[in-house]
Amino acid sequence: MIRIAARWLVSSVALLFAVTALTFVLASLAPGSAARAVLGANTSVTPQQYAQVKRQLGLDKPLPVQYWDWLSHLLHGSLGNDLFSGQPITAALGTRIGASLSLIVATIVVSGVAGVAFGTVSAVRGGLTGRILDALTVFGFALPSFWLGLILIDVLAVQARLFPTTGYAALGSDPGQWLRSIVLPVLTLSAGTTAAIARQTRDSMLQVFGRDFITALRSRGLPLRVIVGKHALRNAAIPVVTTLGVVFIGLLGGTVLVEQVFAIPGLGEAAVTATSSHDLPMIEGIAFYFAILVVIVNLLVDISYSVLNPRVRMAP
Amino acid sequence: MTAAQIVTVAAAEGSPAARRRQGAIAVLARNPAAVICAGYLLLLLVAVAAAPLLAPYAPDAEDLTHVLAGPSVRHWLGTDQLGQDVTSRLLYGGRSSLIDVLVATGTFLVAGVPLGLLSGYLGGAVDRIVSQVANVLFALPAIVILLMVVAIFPNDDPVAMITLGIIASPGLLRVVRGTTLALRQELFVRAAQLSGLRTAAVLRRHVLPSLAGPIIVQGSLFCAGALMAESGLSFLGLLRPDSTGPTWGNMVADAANVLGQDTWLLVPTGGIIALTVLAFSLLGDAVRDATIGRSIGSVPLARQLTKPSAAASVPQPAACRDDLLVIDGLTVTLEGVRLLTDVCLTVRAGEAVGIVGESGCGKTLTARAVLGLLPPGARVASGSVRFHGQELTTLTERQLNRVRGAGIALVSQDAVGSLDPTYTVGSQLREVIRHHTAASRRAAGERAAELLATVRLAEPEAILRLRPYQLSGGMAQRVGIAIALAASPRLLIADEPTTALDVTVQQEVLGLLADLRGRLGMALVLVTHDWGVLAQVCDRAVVMYAGEIVEEATVDRLRRTPRHPYSAALLAANPQLAAPGRPLRVIPGRVPAPSAWPAGCRFAPRCSRVTPECSAQPVQLGAGVRCIHPMTTGVNQ
Repeated sequence: MIRIAARWLVSSVALLFAVTALTFVLASLAPGSAARAVLGANTSVTPQQYAQVKRQLGLDKPLPVQYWDWLSHLLHGSLGNDLFSGQPITAALGTRIGASLSLIVATIVVSGVAGVAFGTVSAVRGGLTGRILDALTVFGFALPSFWLGLILIDVLAVQARLFPTTGYAALGSDPGQWLRSIVLPVLTLSAGTTAAIARQTRDSMLQVFGRDFITALRSRGLPLRVIVGKHALRNAAIPVVTTLGVVFIGLLGGTVLVEQVFAIPGLGEAAVTATSSHDLPMIEGIAFYFAILVVIVNLLVDISYSVLNPRVRMAP
Repeated sequence: MTAAQIVTVAAAEGSPAARRRQGAIAVLARNPAAVICAGYLLLLLVAVAAAPLLAPYAPDAEDLTHVLAGPSVRHWLGTDQLGQDVTSRLLYGGRSSLIDVLVATGTFLVAGVPLGLLSGYLGGAVDRIVSQVANVLFALPAIVILLMVVAIFPNDDPVAMITLGIIASPGLLRVVRGTTLALRQELFVRAAQLSGLRTAAVLRRHVLPSLAGPIIVQGSLFCAGALMAESGLSFLGLLRPDSTGPTWGNMVADAANVLGQDTWLLVPTGGIIALTVLAFSLLGDAVRDATIGRSIGSVPLARQLTKPSAAASVPQPAACRDDLLVIDGLTVTLEGVRLLTDVCLTVRAGEAVGIVGESGCGKTLTARAVLGLLPPGARVASGSVRFHGQELTTLTERQLNRVRGAGIALVSQDAVGSLDPTYTVGSQLREVIRHHTAASRRAAGERAAELLATVRLAEPEAILRLRPYQLSGGMAQRVGIAIALAASPRLLIADEPTTALDVTVQQEVLGLLADLRGRLGMALVLVTHDWGVLAQVCDRAVVMYAGEIVEEATVDRLRRTPRHPYSAALLAANPQLAAPGRPLRVIPGRVPAPSAWPAGCRFAPRCSRVTPECSAQPVQLGAGVRCIHPMTTGVNQ
């Protein structure tokens, strides 16, 4: 356990460092710097004003010093202020993380259950059933999420009026409304992720079916449901859990589009707004939030490895 | 394959890469999905490139009298909210979308292939540094970097696409590195190195051709992803201003704006993105299947299960009352090829019978056929297997499950591999006990410990908590035997139970099997290639060669005076039983593959006593031996 924790800590620090440093370097490359973004398209800006804004933002210091300042603020729990509203970025993003996490976690649950079920049935049955399920996964991959979202809105919200077209209600304020508001975005996000998980489950299961202990279990008279549901599934699970981790990281990108389509006030929507208004400190903040989520998921994935296959605990 | 075999194969067939490629193209050309996808993509490229010639209207030609019209003769795919022709806009929009995809894919290849090649080919420090950087890049949330770049360089497609290519390239780099690493080990590359080619030449001539498949696969799948990302960004309006003309992504955004009034506009705009992504990913999949092939072991479980054979075709003779297992005229085929021919074997209650022969003679197949555990595709073509008078070949998998474990149990050669690596010994024992008896969890636990004591494992309680990888081979085999005993079977089939074990452990396990048989009164079928093992445990044995039984007798008689030349040769080749002072005799040749079995006596090509009439017609089993020139004297003469 200590080894897992240590490995995770090292890789997490490396990842957080890489993300924050990279965003910092990128930001410094900006042809029109943050100062110019703040001053807007106003052409009558004097060089003095420009220098003053730069000084206010700390942009006159060398890059490593800026980065150091940012890091030390971070240790005090601050990601700096939004360029435009002046609001602290942590406050701006803190209210948004709930919406994004609602979508991501619900999608992981829905597509995890559906994907493992489809993949297992495809691997066990093969034949026509398998081919149909495999074809569905190919289609699931190919549907652009923003397009699928619009179709679902049109069919299930505008025409059938089953769900609200857009918007989001917080889980804490109105659980029923929350559920109704995330159904369509979660369905949208689940198409591709279910496909990815189903495919990995199928491949991984098929590999397990070729192993000796499956025949041994059959020779003991154990029924198919025990062999598949208890033994094959657990042995096939590690690559599937890896895929879940990858899917999670992919969903961070997915929310950027889907939150926009469904007008959900999450991190992804903030990222789009910040991108179109060149609010670099805000994007750095979002990058940091995303990186933290990735780090947490990596830990969860590592822990599930050792639960699923105790041998991992022993491995160097 | 052994190293020597690889050398022969490589020498005989030249560069495997070239061979693989030819095969792959032929396979692809026969795959309708691949042909359709490639055709569609080619057509799309041509249509988009020729947009000014093909498009019926200018992309920005507005016609406010035909706004949001559905498909018609004038506008095949209808018009948008400004009355612009959707077909024309898709053709022009495809130009910017596909150029973006090309830029991203070009970057992806340029960033991934050379570094992966060098990293895999040179190894050492270069490999370590490149792999580390790739790992960090791989873990980054790509979307954040992409948005950052878009924020810094607004409305600059090439920069965004180049970034996308770089972010994704570690995936390709890993594949190229892995493939190169594997190729480097292959002999044909090493041989080329020895003959004095420079590194660059080796890479170009031998490594790159073999990499073509994986690179096309990765490239094609990346095209799908890049198009998805490109259209997503342009849907969000982050890539280029609308004024520069349509893209597929911003056309979907236009459709979204009129969602309440018109649904049709969504169909062609998003549809073409989905179709193109689909074509790229199906093409990638097809190339993968053609070059790498599907992974091994990929037989759906349902196809492995036993299907009841039509009917027992051999009339049932009056069985002796204490006949426990009767195999009668059993013939097993795989795709029309006979793997077992007319196998007959009777086991009485409490008796120990051996099946002996070289590898590939059908010993294991016979043993497993009894339990309905045939390899995928193999089936019982004729014959019968009766256990306690019950016909087994006509049972379904579900019905067989009542016999497996409780009536007949199996112990296999690979003891560790027969245990599920993820569960403890105790859990696997209790599972079988509770499945076959109505024992409570607690009672099953006690019984499990008892069984481990029965197979003479010290500290059963501690072993119950261990997992398979913590067991030695001998311990694992004892656990395997304990699991087999869990439901008190009347017959234990032991398939080479000691072959994988050390000699001292072998003796202990054999002693245990012999002892258990005596104590529990169960019958034993022992599959082995070792006469010493046979002599130690069995009363009677059959000798199998090429899917047939060639001799049946008591072990004692077989060892003293084998009558079939194969039995004699097998015996003479056995180190423990060979007469002292005489050289060990090896049987020339090897067991032929089932499809190549001779029509007459199957041993004839290797037999020292062969005469022309041996090959004339199949030889029948008579008086316990399948030979027309049986030996009448001992092996030593």
